Amino acid sequence: MKKPLLALIGLIFVGFLIDLSFDAFIQLTLIYVLINMILAMSLNLVSGFTGQFSLGHAGFMAAGAYASAFLSTIFPMNPGPMQFVYFLFYAIAGGAVAGLAGYLVGLPTLRLRGDYLAIVTLGFGEIIRVILLNTKTVGGARGMYGITGPTDFTLGSWTISKFLIGYAHAIFWVVACFVVIWRIIRSHHGRAFLSVREDEIAAEAMGIHTTQTKVRAFVLSSFFAGVAGSIFAHYANYLNPASFSFNRSVDAVIMVVLGGMGSLSGSLMAATIITILPEALRPLQEITGVDLRMVIYSLALILLMILRPKGLMGTKEVNEFWRKYVRKTS
Amino acid sequence: MQDFIQHLINGISLGSIYALIALGYTMVFGILQLINFAHSDVYMIGAFAAYYAARTLGIDKNPGVSTLVILLIAAMAACSLLGFTIERLAYRPLRKAPKLNILITAIGVSLFLQYSGQVVFGADPKVFPAVLEDSVLFTLLGVEFKSLDLAVLFVTLVMMVLLHLLIYHTKLGRAMRAVSTNMNVAAMMGVNTDRIISFTFVVGSALAGVGSVLVGMKYPKIDPLMGMMIGLKAFVAAVLGGIGNIAGAVLGALIMGLSEEMVVGYLSSTYRDALAFGILIVILIFRPAGLLGKGGVEKV
Repeated sequence: MKKPLLALIGLIFVGFLIDLSFDAFIQLTLIYVLINMILAMSLNLVSGFTGQFSLGHAGFMAAGAYASAFLSTIFPMNPGPMQFVYFLFYAIAGGAVAGLAGYLVGLPTLRLRGDYLAIVTLGFGEIIRVILLNTKTVGGARGMYGITGPTDFTLGSWTISKFLIGYAHAIFWVVACFVVIWRIIRSHHGRAFLSVREDEIAAEAMGIHTTQTKVRAFVLSSFFAGVAGSIFAHYANYLNPASFSFNRSVDAVIMVVLGGMGSLSGSLMAATIITILPEALRPLQEITGVDLRMVIYSLALILLMILRPKGLMGTKEVNEFWRKYVRKTS
Repeated sequence: MQDFIQHLINGISLGSIYALIALGYTMVFGILQLINFAHSDVYMIGAFAAYYAARTLGIDKNPGVSTLVILLIAAMAACSLLGFTIERLAYRPLRKAPKLNILITAIGVSLFLQYSGQVVFGADPKVFPAVLEDSVLFTLLGVEFKSLDLAVLFVTLVMMVLLHLLIYHTKLGRAMRAVSTNMNVAAMMGVNTDRIISFTFVVGSALAGVGSVLVGMKYPKIDPLMGMMIGLKAFVAAVLGGIGNIAGAVLGALIMGLSEEMVVGYLSSTYRDALAFGILIVILIFRPAGLLGKGGVEKV
């Protein structure tokens, strides 16, 4: 955690190796893993660290995805070495739009608690989707085709593949999201988030403006959800309101819960598992002939809540386990 | 004017269906402070139970009052059994867990029922058997009184009266009210709280079963995801009336049904589903406790 830049460079180097050694299907799955990581971490900020249950995360992802895709039609990308900068620009803009949506939704609703908040965020997530469904400029129900994505380009004698660009962009945001949330949780704003989660009344008594705190967490979380949407839009090159349905929000919730509410490394792990599991279960689907994946998911969610309600990691991070282990053995 | 009264009748009929489902939400919330997300899927299972019951008994092309009664009983039995099982297997182990965990479990149960429904029943819509013949019973001042609407009203009214008698005039009902007021004190007074909670789930689910047959009768198309929208609306109705409050649920449901019918009748049907969320958001911002609910100050 001390050297995020070093981690980024290392991970991009890993990308080189993946680019050389794996086929396109695995590469695509990997990008989806990264997108889901951002989604899970950002939802964890709201649900895990601030303790506010949101069921509308897909709505903010959709807002970011569409804003970013729309922007790329106004400021078309320049294929070449600079495309990375364009994608950064699109992602930031998409994130900003999603953050704004988060602010507008969060301000009135975050005064509510627990169950009510869940149902209202669900409602807003659906409303965002319905608005997109009825907006003709972004394709409506037909979806939005031909969104610019990364392209191959040559630098001297060296060809940089489009996967590498997409990967570098996604991994940049994964690292950025991780570092930002990690640092914020350890700042005094983050302490405010945690105190709201632990006991709202006590937090208020200590002089924390709880609604404002929640809105801050919500806006930041929506921003990163929008960024995830932007990466998704430009890598898939196609958007449809149906891909941001209630199920995607639930997916994000499952990742956060499975990983542990309040554990970033848990979110990373859970995002990997949840994204790869359906692909791994594909043979099963071919044998049985029916789509049992969601049945297994939901059953797993119930069992997880009953048997291990804290998720894989609880509120701990990987390095805390590591430290404990080292101390024991030394 | 005739149009208006016609819409009024349709609205009340729709609202009374919402009320049956909203009661399940509000009763469970009153006792456990839990939004039972799975309730809408219990309702869906009720519709399918009635569908298969009608087919196995061979009465799916034989509309009449006896069919209605048989299907009601079948749906109620299936739903109560399901409600009981869900409470026993999914919610009871989590009685002492944080509320968020129970809520997530409820979502898990809901998803589980939806997706198993898709696997077992198939995802494509099915045609609900004809329960009653839709005929105009009598015309008063140019307003048609149809048999379906009247049947819906009648069945709902009977259920409400039974529920009222159960809650306010029996020992079990008193125990239910006691548990919802204060679970610990009720337990100290010798009430078997677990049993009362189970019973509440059974009653709420049975009402959802009644609702499912009535909806199937009026809109004869059922599919595994049918519960989602109507469940959400019924929940909004319960919140509108003040969740946890039984009279409030009925009032809220009637308001929902009427306003939905008026919006469809005088504005446009595309706003139909947005209306529920609109009402919900306005209510939660201006009067979070609902129309009949009592706002309480949270004590430490």
